[in-house]
Amino acid sequence: MGRRKERIDRGVKVRSDGIYALNSYREVLYLAVPRLIPVVGLLVICPLFSDYWKEVIVSTAVYALLAVSWELLYMGGLISLGQSLFYGVGAYMAGALNAYLGLPPVLSIPIATVGGGLLCALMLLPVLRLRGIYFAMVTLVLPLLLARFVEATRILGGTEGLTGIDSFSSQWVAFYLVMVALLVAFYGFRRLEGSDYGLVIKGINDNDRAIMSSGINIHWYKTQILFLAGAVGAFAGAYGAHYDMFAGIPGFALDYSILPIAAAAVGGMGSFAGPLLGAFILVPLSEILRALGALRIVFYGLFLVFAVVGLPEGLFHFVRRKYEQIERWVEVDKK
Amino acid sequence: MFAAILIYGFINSSILALVAMGFNLTFGISGVANFAYGAIYIFAGFLVWIFLNTLGVNYFLSIILAFISSYLLGYLMYRFIILRVRGLPLSEVMATFGLGLAIMELFRYLDFVGVKYSLPVFIDGSVSIGGHFIDYQRLLIGVVAVALTVIFYFFTHYTKMGLAFRAIAQDDETALTLGIDPDRIGAFSLALGSSLAALAAVIILPLGTISVENGYEVLINALAVCIVGGLGSTVGVIVASILVGYSQTLTANYIEPHWMILVSLAAIAVVLVVKPSGIFGKQKELEERV
Repeated sequence: MGRRKERIDRGVKVRSDGIYALNSYREVLYLAVPRLIPVVGLLVICPLFSDYWKEVIVSTAVYALLAVSWELLYMGGLISLGQSLFYGVGAYMAGALNAYLGLPPVLSIPIATVGGGLLCALMLLPVLRLRGIYFAMVTLVLPLLLARFVEATRILGGTEGLTGIDSFSSQWVAFYLVMVALLVAFYGFRRLEGSDYGLVIKGINDNDRAIMSSGINIHWYKTQILFLAGAVGAFAGAYGAHYDMFAGIPGFALDYSILPIAAAAVGGMGSFAGPLLGAFILVPLSEILRALGALRIVFYGLFLVFAVVGLPEGLFHFVRRKYEQIERWVEVDKK
Repeated sequence: MFAAILIYGFINSSILALVAMGFNLTFGISGVANFAYGAIYIFAGFLVWIFLNTLGVNYFLSIILAFISSYLLGYLMYRFIILRVRGLPLSEVMATFGLGLAIMELFRYLDFVGVKYSLPVFIDGSVSIGGHFIDYQRLLIGVVAVALTVIFYFFTHYTKMGLAFRAIAQDDETALTLGIDPDRIGAFSLALGSSLAALAAVIILPLGTISVENGYEVLINALAVCIVGGLGSTVGVIVASILVGYSQTLTANYIEPHWMILVSLAAIAVVLVVKPSGIFGKQKELEERV
């Protein structure tokens, strides 16, 4: 006699998958609570922390924006190992607009968001036809290349970077700006995922040739999601530049590439909530580990290994399974 | 000037070939992109240093011990990490990268920084070739690179293990029907790739000091050579290391030495745009683009 684990979807999940026939407030809550957690958490609970932790949360939100943008590309089968490209381009664009032309953040951030998205999409246009690991390698190399280029040609402040960029008018403006942006990106992309447009994007990931043979121009679609993901990443960069009052080569650093991917790997790929959750675990964790000094990165690396090896599906999918399904052990005959 | 470029370009190409060989071996056989490669490289270097200076072991013996340790490290890495995420390229990259980061930063934490962390050269002195002085160590690098290439050719073409390697690389299911265990070969490929990294480390590192940054640089150079030559192709590695090696030397001579790494990066970018499978990569031409 052996045992096996049986997993059954909860009744309310079965009934509410798309049709929403709900019987009680309990069921309404069952559906509403998980969807409201990000909103309540980001807008109501996060402001309650101390000033120090609020700074941490702001940088977490910046990484979360990059992670959500990563997930959009992943949805379309484009694996990006270089989110720092988006961050760096956005930071430099906002920084240059502010430092050279004197535009205030109200103008420089929107211009850098749209302009950065366009620029990133243009830069990646030649390699759009590449798939999987080949596209990933290009994105890994591009930000490193740009960083060396800035260093060697000494444009845009060279190794010093652009300093003295205008800050936000108050801490609360800065805080709520990034939170609202994160929520807009998160829920916006989720809506996109559910629409017909999202279906095409996911189809490109599953089988691009089949989508092509349906008469859909997949390259145009890929360009569009590159622009969207690039714009979200560039916003993170532009915001970061104004927040730190600095734009420089560190914007192209590996941190901004690795952390979003790590967040997605820990939180769970294939859903926008996964990277968001992952970012809100990893960035505070690395902040807690800061007490350990240089040993922090060692622990960080090991944590990454354990998360990838121990929970390959990611934390979010694990939690969701527990929430949506009843699990029980059943006896099985082995005959 | 011309002779100097010719000679130093050759040495530089040999360094690149040595560095890329192990990475390419692992990727070519098991398809694992070992992003901990740079970490293993400096791990071997520091290990030799520890054996030599802290424990007072003989130089030759400490090199052997470093080989064995790197071999074991690669094997254990496959057994306990890669095997669990096999077939998920992104997870493989994440896991190896995380491990590499942990190893490299551990050395930084333990304060392995400074000029004193350097290995002695094997044979002191230099020889004059066409009026240019080349020290024996650099000459040795060239000799070892050529010898290793030849040994590797015979290994993969005439030994049972080498043939099994190539069988797995071509079609692992058919290889399985012939009694070749992909997991065993996979573990072996990672272990062998790691000890090749150690070999490269003990031969190249006496030229300068061992530093954590070496690890990152080695990884980028190995990636550049493998991508330009075509991932998994041995002929490709040799041709690509000559190409990249000479262009780096020319850049260092005519522009500025710190543009050298830019050459590697630009080479990666250009090759991926023009011919992603590399100069000699044939395996995945249909899968790489639409």
